[in-house]
Amino acid sequence: MQILEGREVKKYFGGLAAVSNVDFHIDQGEIVGLIGPNGAGKTTLFNLMSGSLVPTSGVIRFKGEKITGLRPHQICKRGMARTFQFVKLFGNMTVLENILLGSLFGSPTGMHEVNAKRESLELLEFVGLSAMEGSLAKDLTVANQKRVEVARALATKPELLLLDEVMAGLTPTEVGSAIELIKKIGSRGITVFMIEHVMKAIMTVSDRIIVLHHGEKIAEGIPEEIATNPKVIEIYLGT
Amino acid sequence: MRRTISKKIFYLMLFSLIFILMVIMPSYVSPYTIILLNSIFMYIILTVSWALFSGPTHYLSLASAAFFGLGIYVSAILGDKLPLLVVIGLGGLISFLLALLVGLSSLRLRGMYFTIFTFGLSELIRHSVQWWEVNKTGTVGRWVVAVDHMTVYYVMLGILLITLVVAYLIRHSKYGLALLSIGESEEAAEHIGININAMKMITFAISTFFMGATGAIMATRWSYIDPSIAFNPLFSFMPVLMAIFGGVGNIFGQILGAGVLTLLADVLLTKFPYYYMLLYGMILVVVVLFLPKGLTGLKEEVKRWREGGSVNPVRKDGPRPE
Amino acid sequence: MLEINKINTFHGKVRALWDISLRVAEKEIVALVGGNGSGKTTMLYSISGLLPPASGTIHSLGKRIDGMPPHQIVKLGICYIPEGGKPFPDMTVRENLEMGAYIYETWKRKEETIDQVYHLFPILKERAGQLANTLSGGERQMLAMGRGLMSRPKLCMFDEPSYGLAPVLVKEFFGIIKTLREQGVTILLVEQNVRNALEISDRAYILENGGVVLEGKSGELLQNGHIKKAYLGL
Repeated sequence: MQILEGREVKKYFGGLAAVSNVDFHIDQGEIVGLIGPNGAGKTTLFNLMSGSLVPTSGVIRFKGEKITGLRPHQICKRGMARTFQFVKLFGNMTVLENILLGSLFGSPTGMHEVNAKRESLELLEFVGLSAMEGSLAKDLTVANQKRVEVARALATKPELLLLDEVMAGLTPTEVGSAIELIKKIGSRGITVFMIEHVMKAIMTVSDRIIVLHHGEKIAEGIPEEIATNPKVIEIYLGT
Repeated sequence: MRRTISKKIFYLMLFSLIFILMVIMPSYVSPYTIILLNSIFMYIILTVSWALFSGPTHYLSLASAAFFGLGIYVSAILGDKLPLLVVIGLGGLISFLLALLVGLSSLRLRGMYFTIFTFGLSELIRHSVQWWEVNKTGTVGRWVVAVDHMTVYYVMLGILLITLVVAYLIRHSKYGLALLSIGESEEAAEHIGININAMKMITFAISTFFMGATGAIMATRWSYIDPSIAFNPLFSFMPVLMAIFGGVGNIFGQILGAGVLTLLADVLLTKFPYYYMLLYGMILVVVVLFLPKGLTGLKEEVKRWREGGSVNPVRKDGPRPE
Repeated sequence: MLEINKINTFHGKVRALWDISLRVAEKEIVALVGGNGSGKTTMLYSISGLLPPASGTIHSLGKRIDGMPPHQIVKLGICYIPEGGKPFPDMTVRENLEMGAYIYETWKRKEETIDQVYHLFPILKERAGQLANTLSGGERQMLAMGRGLMSRPKLCMFDEPSYGLAPVLVKEFFGIIKTLREQGVTILLVEQNVRNALEISDRAYILENGGVVLEGKSGELLQNGHIKKAYLGL
């Protein structure tokens, strides 16, 4: 079943086409990677899906329903959550409070405070940060802040999770644990769509990869196909 | 939450004690004290209700005078036609409705733009009312039905109690947390399901309800009002100053700031009638310079001073560790 | 070029660097490698003057630089390129680059330097008139590097330069580092991409929890079993 579908999605900033005519779809349960050179329009595409930006034209459907034009909080309540390329945590609040807010406001039916706290603690453990419960979010290392953001997104009970460069700045070993985390998320039945530059991660974890360049989709396929695609090698992977 | 249960009960009892004291006090003190207390109550209400919205969200509103003044005018126009409590309720309600309208147009503005917009709005309302009064109604000012100072006192105490209770309940609820998150990162808040526009508008409107109600009752003390009295920009600036002075982050700080500054102004006015403005300003500057977190930050600052200051201070926040 | 002797640096009350010493000789490429929270960025903050050490000394070319204000350290020819770039968002790409040459001596030669930077990063030339905050994450990184190079530094310190860069650009970037060394610039590199960092550097220090646990020639470190397991995920 298609959980997300975009048809002829275009986004212009003045005369500049950030995303021009992209068709894409994501099936439920997949882990799909989104790669492309810097400036290709990947984060812009995420912004169009999550409601931060409205497409200039084109339609985006989530679980069969049109979501173009809806505000982010409405899209979140329908089951789509995301993390940000530059972490946007609530810095002066504790790690637990950050996740708690996701629980309290993000789920479709709203949550009782007692249950929300319990769930948030579980999520903290899920991402491996139980020790940081009472720390202020702004005091964490960048890698840990990204984990908190993932936990906060998961707290809203999403069916589709958008991850924007979650692995940037991690050592290869840390990338390994992040890959494990994403697989765990996938095994919970959550569909994952991730932007990444860390090739090892994308190739290992993705079922399918979409490649953007200058705002257009130039390739799509399973990791092996993409890794050997000459155009992709030329503009993105290098030799 | 953060305090243990016993501490909560202690504060609750202390608060109730003070409240009871306030209730029986008027029979035992001079009228002058009652009038002074009225002033203090007024500024506490204005400061706490201003900080209700502007504190956590960092949307600094300079429109408090507009809503306060609106309440004053409701009182002036309807004071002789309707019972007192209804007038006060209407003062609050009309402010609430105006705030919703204002919110619709202005809450997409960020930071400084929002602040300047609210200030401009306040002035616009002042001039509009003035124009209307002069050209349509044929008056400059109005007389307000007088009410004895004891009644005013008890009404103010009632409004104060309600304001404090509402402020406390909001702050310690999930909505309080959500408001804080809006101040930290609106985009993130929106993406975890918080309807930021609705939340901003409603909280802003709630804060103005108390301002309007207070205006309605204070008008009866002044008996003569005109647009420059009712919509005096000082009623927009003072709550901000008082909150910063006492400590914006918590209700106690806001109460302290409003109380201390109002008392200070009164004391200075009587003791140094010629220099009081100068002294007042100097004290404000000195406190904000050395206690950026306001009076409630005093404990922290003393502790820091005792420990010899932090090693390696570059800027207050410093670069983040990796 | 750079001599750091037993420095201790604190973030507020937390000690981030414990009695660390390290050396960088002229025209060397030295890498600082370690996981998150190991103290790598703090080290660069201490050298650049943004977070001076509480004790210990830092010398560069004979002068003592710990405790000097950052802008004077830049004048000595030491440039710090922060993690994530941090270009000035409301200025154009060109204006950002020009700001990099703020010091008078370099300001005189800025046209020449800008051309060199455009040669290294053609995409910056393409986007010269655009506001920096309209650039994508990776483009901002490149802009920050270009801006750093505008001060014609003798020692260039890069903080996570490959962060968020597309693989082909990462390769290009490490090529640029080689070019810089050929032009006589000394390089101190903080990198999470351990393999690339070790492949390009002459020597490296491995940091953990604010202390040096291993140091040596990069070629040897690449073969080291502990490194392979703890950092290369092998």
